[in-house]
Amino acid sequence: MQYHAPATVKDAVKLLAGSKGSTQILAGGTDLLVRMRSGFSEPDTIIDIKRISPMCKIARDGKGFAIGAAVSSAEMSENAALAKAWPGVVESAALIGSTQVQGRATIAGNLCNASPAADSVPAMVAAGAKAVIRGPKGKRKVAVEKICKGPGQTILKKGELIEAIVLPAKPARTGDAYLRFIPRTEMDIAVAGAGICVTLDAKGVCTAARVSLGAIAPTVLLVSRAAKALIGTRIDDEALDALAAACSAAARPIDDKRGTKEFRIHVAGVLARRAAIIARDRALGKS
Amino acid sequence: MNFQPGKDTLKRNFKTVGTRTPRPDGLDKITGRAQFGADMTAPGMLWGLILRSPHAHARIRKIDTSKAEAVNGVHAVVTAADFGPCPDGVLDVRENIMAREKALYDGHAVAAVAATSRAAAKQALKLIKVDYEVLPHVTDVDEAMKPSAPVINNKLFTKGLDKTPRKPSNVAERFEFGHGDVEAGLKQADLVIERTFKTEATHQGYIEPHACLASMGSDGKGDIWCCTQGHFMVRQVCSALLGMDASALRVTASEIGGGFGGKTTVFIEPVALALSLKSNRPVKVVMSRSEVLRASGPTSSTSIDIKIGMNKDGTITAGDATLRYQGGAFPGSAVPYGAMAAFACYDLKAVRAVGYDVIANRPKQAAYRAPGAPMAAYAVESVVDELCKELDLDPLDVRLKNASSDGSKASYGPNFDVIGLRATLEAARAHPHYKAKLGRNQGRGVACGFWFNFGGETSVSLNVSADGTIGLSVGTPDIGGSRASIGNMAAEELGVPHDKVRCIIADTASLGYNDVTDGSRVTFASGLAAINAARDAIGKMCERAAGIWGIPVEAVTWEDGAARPSSPNAGKHEPLTLADIAAQAGATGGPISGHCEINAEGAGVSFATHLVDTEVDPETGYVKVLRYTVFQDAGKAVHPSYVEGQFQGGAVQGIGWALNEEYIYGKDGTLQNAGFLDYRIPVASDLPMIDAVIVEVPNPGHPYGVRGVGETSIVPPLAAISNSVSDAAGVRMTQLPMSPPRVLKALGRI
Ligand SMILES: Cc1cc2nc3c(=O)[nH]c(=O)nc-3n(C[C@H](O)[C@H](O)[C@H](O)COP(=O)(O)OP(=O)(O)OC[C@H]3O[C@@H](n4cnc5c(N)ncnc54)[C@H](O)[C@@H]3O)c2cc1C
Repeated sequence: MQYHAPATVKDAVKLLAGSKGSTQILAGGTDLLVRMRSGFSEPDTIIDIKRISPMCKIARDGKGFAIGAAVSSAEMSENAALAKAWPGVVESAALIGSTQVQGRATIAGNLCNASPAADSVPAMVAAGAKAVIRGPKGKRKVAVEKICKGPGQTILKKGELIEAIVLPAKPARTGDAYLRFIPRTEMDIAVAGAGICVTLDAKGVCTAARVSLGAIAPTVLLVSRAAKALIGTRIDDEALDALAAACSAAARPIDDKRGTKEFRIHVAGVLARRAAIIARDRALGKS
Repeated sequence: MNFQPGKDTLKRNFKTVGTRTPRPDGLDKITGRAQFGADMTAPGMLWGLILRSPHAHARIRKIDTSKAEAVNGVHAVVTAADFGPCPDGVLDVRENIMAREKALYDGHAVAAVAATSRAAAKQALKLIKVDYEVLPHVTDVDEAMKPSAPVINNKLFTKGLDKTPRKPSNVAERFEFGHGDVEAGLKQADLVIERTFKTEATHQGYIEPHACLASMGSDGKGDIWCCTQGHFMVRQVCSALLGMDASALRVTASEIGGGFGGKTTVFIEPVALALSLKSNRPVKVVMSRSEVLRASGPTSSTSIDIKIGMNKDGTITAGDATLRYQGGAFPGSAVPYGAMAAFACYDLKAVRAVGYDVIANRPKQAAYRAPGAPMAAYAVESVVDELCKELDLDPLDVRLKNASSDGSKASYGPNFDVIGLRATLEAARAHPHYKAKLGRNQGRGVACGFWFNFGGETSVSLNVSADGTIGLSVGTPDIGGSRASIGNMAAEELGVPHDKVRCIIADTASLGYNDVTDGSRVTFASGLAAINAARDAIGKMCERAAGIWGIPVEAVTWEDGAARPSSPNAGKHEPLTLADIAAQAGATGGPISGHCEINAEGAGVSFATHLVDTEVDPETGYVKVLRYTVFQDAGKAVHPSYVEGQFQGGAVQGIGWALNEEYIYGKDGTLQNAGFLDYRIPVASDLPMIDAVIVEVPNPGHPYGVRGVGETSIVPPLAAISNSVSDAAGVRMTQLPMSPPRVLKALGRI
C-alpha cells in the first residue's frame, strides 16, 4: 500500500490519475479507515488531501461559501458566518458521529462515501449546494444531488476528486433545516432524514422551496413534488400535511436492520413536516 | 473462628464497611496502566486468528488447510481434529469452540491459524478451503419447536417428559415448578388475563472483547493469561480439552473490561492453547467486536405465555407460565432459572411455571446477569400491570398485598428466609418519584424482580507483611468493585485502615479452587472467606501475643487492630498492634497468614422494585426514558458507590434490552448487526441519571448481612419500561425490543 500526502490539488489529481489498482482519497478517514480496519477495503494507494491548504479552508465571497473538501464538521460549526447563513447544513454536519468523529469528518467525504443515509447530503441538496470537481480535464461544478449513482457509487471518473462544496449566497427570507431519525440520541445512522430550504416573500408566502430526503432510496432524493406542496402557501398545517404526504409518497426505502419500509415511509413525512416548520421559522427570522 | 450463621451475631457498628473509599483500580484504569486481556505479550509471540462459518447450519465435508500452512510466517493451523477425546462434561464446549461435523451457527469457529503477524494470519485464513454442505436452519424459538423444523442434533431427545420421545427434536428438556391447584385458582379469580410475549436475544455488551495469551511448553506445562470471570474454570476446561493435568496449566486472570456473565465460559482460550502446543510458541488471540457478537454467548431469545387471575381487591389467585427459551445450538438455556424466578416475588397459593429448553442455529447462550430471569419477570410483571389497570388498582399496593415475605413459600419450592421485597416496595411508595406529575405522552411503570444469588466454592489467603500491611489474595475476578469491598471487609475485621490492605486476584496455582465470578457471589462469598481468613490470622496473631506476654492464648483478645489482654487477670501488658506483631513475626514463629477454604452457603436472595417514566413520540415511536429510580435490597452495602453502580448498570442494560438491543438474523440465518453501530446499546446521552436507593435488610447468612447485588438490578427493567411505555402509549406492548417501528405499529400509525 502506498500513502501520498500531496501539497496541491494539481499534484493530487496527477497522483490519482496515474495510480494503479484501487485508489482511495483520505479526507477525515472516518469512513475509509473503518472500512479498512474491518477488511472491506484494501486500497493499493491512499491519497491524503489534508496537506492541501486551500482544501482546508472555508472561503467566503459575494456568491456564498466554498467549503474545502478537507474541512471538518467541527470547523464548519465554528464558522459563525457559515452557521448563520446555512444553519441546516452546519447542523447536519454536526450530527455526524460524535465530537471525536466531527473533528475529522468532512462533508465531501460524507458525500463521496455515497451512503443513502449520509446526514449532510440532504441538507446540502436542500441548500442547493454544488460540488467542485477537479480532474485531469479541469474543473466542473455539479449539483450535489447528481453526485451519487447508488450506494457506494459516485459519478467521479478516474483521476477526479471533489475540491470543495459551494453553497450559494443565501437569498433574503430564506431558512434551511435538516432532521434525521435515529433510535438513539447519537452515534447512529439515519433511518430517515429530511432537509428543507424555503424562501418566503414579504408576506410570508413561500416562493421557493427545496425538499430532500435521505435513507429512503438508494440515493438521497430531491423531491420536487414535495417542494410544490409548500410553494404558494404560508407553510400552514394544510401545506405541511401535503408536504408530509408527498414525502411519504416519494420514499421507496428497503426493509433492513435499521428500520422497516413502512416505518421509513411514515417517518420521512414526519421529519419533513418538522424540518419545514424550523426552516419556515428561520426564514421568518424567528430563530 | 469461621462465621457460623445463627451463632454469630451480625456486626452492626462499622468503621470501614459502608464508607465510600477510593477505587483501588481507579488510577490504573484512568492512566492505562491496567493490563487487560489484549495487553499481554510474550517474546516470540504469534497472532492467532479464527476462521468462522458464514453459514447458519452446514455440514463440513472437508477442510483443506494446506495452502494456509504454506503461507510465509504461519506456524500452526488447527481444526477440530486437533482436539481429541475429552470428558463428557466438556463435550459441548469442545464442539462450540471448534465445529466438528457441522457448523451450527453463523460465526461458529471452524479453523484457526497462528502466524508471526496478523497480516500473515489473515492471508492464511483466506486460503483455508472449507467444503460446506449448507443445511436448512432455524433461528426463531417458536419455529425451532415445530415438528417441521430442521433437526439440529439428531441425538437430542427431549428430557423431562413422562416418556422420552422416539424422535429427536430441538427441544432439549422440559422443566416444571410450582405448587397448588392452578386451574382452581384461575377459576376463582374475578379477572384472568392471558398474554403471549416475545423477547429478542441480547448481548452483555462488555467493552473488552475476549482476549488471551496462551503459552505451552514442550514439557507439557502451560500458562494462559486471559480476561475471564473464572480462571479456575478456564484451567479446568482447557486442561480437560487438551488432556493435560489441571495443575500443569496455570491461568492468570487479567484486569477485566466487563463480563456480566458472558465471560463465565471459554471461546478462544483452548484454541490459543492448541495453537501454542502445535507451534511451540506463545499465541495471542483477540476477538473483534463482530466475533464477540457472532460467536460468544448472548442471551436466549424467548417466547412466553402468562395467565394470571386476580380478584377485585388485588389478590392474585393463581399464576401460570409457559416459557420457551432458545439457547443457541446446544442445550442449557437459562429457562429453568426463568421458570423458577417468574413468580418469585409473589406469595401464591397456586402457581405453575413450565419451561422448555430449545436449541436453534445461534451461538450458545451464556449467562447474562440473572440469567433467564429478566424475560420471565417481563412477562409476569406485564400481566400483573395490566390486571391492575383493568381493575383500577394501584400497582405498588397490589404488589405489597401479594408480596413474598419472610417465611413464605417460594414459587420454586423452598421457604424464604429474611427478605427485603416489601422494604423495596415501601421505599418506592414513599419516594417523591412515585407522586411526580406526568405530562402528555408520558407514562409510568413499576416492576419487581428477584434473583437467587449464590455462594459456592471459595478460597482466600491473607498475608500479613512485616510492616503490618496486608496482602489479600482472592480467586474471583473483580467485575464490579469486589476488590474494594473484600479488602474493606478484611480491614474492618482486622481493625486496620482500608489502604493497608491490597486485594489482588491470584492465579490458579496460588489458591485453592474458586468458582467463577457469577451468581452475584463474590462480595458475599469471597468477602465471607476474607473475613474468615482475617479471623484465622487474628487467631494466629493472638497466639504470638500470648507467647510474647507468656500468658495463655485464651487470655488474649483482638480489638481495634491490636492484641490485648482479655481481662486484668491476664496481667498488665501494653496492646500489641498488628504492626507490632508483624514486625516480630520472624522471631515468634515465622510468617503470619490467614486462610479460608469454604463452599459458602447462605447467600441471601435479593429483590428490587424499579420505577420508570417514559415519553413516547406518537409520530415516530421513539421512546425517551425521563426518570428512573431503583430500589434494591443490598443486605449491607459494603461500598455504597459500587452498590449504586450495580443498580445503575443493571437498569441501563435493561433499558437497552427493552428499547433497542436485539440480535437480528437475516433469512439466511446470518447475523445482520454484528457491530455496535447496529447492535444498539444505549449511549450516555440516551439516559437520565439513574437514581439508586439502597435498602438494607441484613442477610443472616453473612457476618455483616451482605447480599449479592449484581444481578437483581437487571430483572425488573424490561417489565418496568414496558409497563411505562404501555402507559404512555395507551396500548399494551408485548414484544421486545420496543424499537420505534414496533411502537409505531402498536400505536396503529403504520
Ligand atoms: C463512529 C462513527 C459515527 C458516524 N456517524 C455518522 C453519522 O451520524 N452520520 C453520517 O452521515 N455519517 C456518520 N459516519 C460516517 C462518516 O463519519 C461520514 O460519512 C463522514 O462525513 C466521512 O467523511 P471523512 O472525511 O471522514 O471521509 P473519508 O473516510 O476520508 O472518505 C470517505 C470516502 O469518500 C472518499 N472521499 C473523501 N473525500 C473525497 C474527495 N474530496 N473527493 C473524492 N472522494 C473523496 C474517500 O476515498 C472514501 O471512499 C460515522 C462514522 C463513524 C466512524
